[in-house]
Amino acid sequence: MLFEELKQFIEARFGTGVILSEKADALQSYLVLQPERLAEVCLELHDNEETYFDFLSCLTGIDNGPEAGTMEVAYNLYSIPYNHHLMLKVQVPRNPENGLLPTVTTVSHIWRTADWHEREIFDLVGINFEGHPDMRRILCAADWEGHPLRKDYKLQDYYHGIKVPYDNHNEHNGFKSESVFLTEPPAEQFPDKREKPE
Amino acid sequence: MDKTGEGGVVITKLDDVLNWARLSALWPMGFGLACCAIEMMGAYSSGYDLDRFGVIPRASPRQSDVMIVAGTVTFKMADRIRRLYEQMAEPRYVISMGSCSNCGGPYWEHGYHVVKGVDRIIPVDVYVPGCPPRPEALIGGFLKLQEVIRKETIRAPRAVQELMAKRTQPASVAEIVASSADIRNS
Repeated sequence: MLFEELKQFIEARFGTGVILSEKADALQSYLVLQPERLAEVCLELHDNEETYFDFLSCLTGIDNGPEAGTMEVAYNLYSIPYNHHLMLKVQVPRNPENGLLPTVTTVSHIWRTADWHEREIFDLVGINFEGHPDMRRILCAADWEGHPLRKDYKLQDYYHGIKVPYDNHNEHNGFKSESVFLTEPPAEQFPDKREKPE
Repeated sequence: MDKTGEGGVVITKLDDVLNWARLSALWPMGFGLACCAIEMMGAYSSGYDLDRFGVIPRASPRQSDVMIVAGTVTFKMADRIRRLYEQMAEPRYVISMGSCSNCGGPYWEHGYHVVKGVDRIIPVDVYVPGCPPRPEALIGGFLKLQEVIRKETIRAPRAVQELMAKRTQPASVAEIVASSADIRNS
């Protein structure tokens, strides 16, 4: 199926309102969906015999920065039997009023690939996936503060008593290393008799 | 001994014998963290043969004399490294191998996950520069460590000295800075 056909396929089943915008002339054309209806569209794309997107190639979280005030999640779908692709996106506000993390519905029950990918997005850019069975950090330590790939991320000063930012640490961390001296040059200590046979 | 024809007696200093024994059988702890560990394994293997220096990796920190921190130390790994170091018996030594473990290496600025030098966790005796250092460089590090050990004396064991220094030192640098800030504020 071509991009235009896939778009009509979705509109025929879910109405025209579900697709907020599209970009057809990009290197990878994509549809921007309503975040709250993402999971049901994905399930249909996965189950329907006409589309059969059985493979989630990639799942990416994007922070557009504090100025734009949005975050995106991009889904790269692929159908192995039909050999066709589709890219979907959802956009959510960066900092909802309730002070919690931005939320997107999970697709981990459709593709198991999404399980760890969603955990990675949660860990690094801080998007909460609603309905995910195990929403924990996957790469950073469990008690790490903040989400490091956010545009306005600030390093914490200390982690378990270890200073985090780089500085002239050998001067300030209180540790005095012993200076290392070599003994006399080896040539004098162990004269090499092979050079000058007696 | 008898081959020399000078009787079966060798006279030396006790310090020299102990140091010689200690530096001739440096058993490192068998663990690696990143690509530097590949070079470390290369140094262990027959091509470079660290065995000829008495360097044989051990599977337990209890049996190890030296810890080679070979690779990137992440904050997630930092607690484990500190514990492994604490499980080693004195006298114990640390070789920091490669730029990452020396100072954070290529992650020094934007690597939020990397400890900027393993000396923020444990004291380091020898730093081996390189990214990653070649096996020759690691062997050089061991030779340098042997020079350190050669200068030791049982009259002032380093572990005891460090312990006493900690007791006699009233406050760390951080505490001094904090207390001077309090004085300024009051």
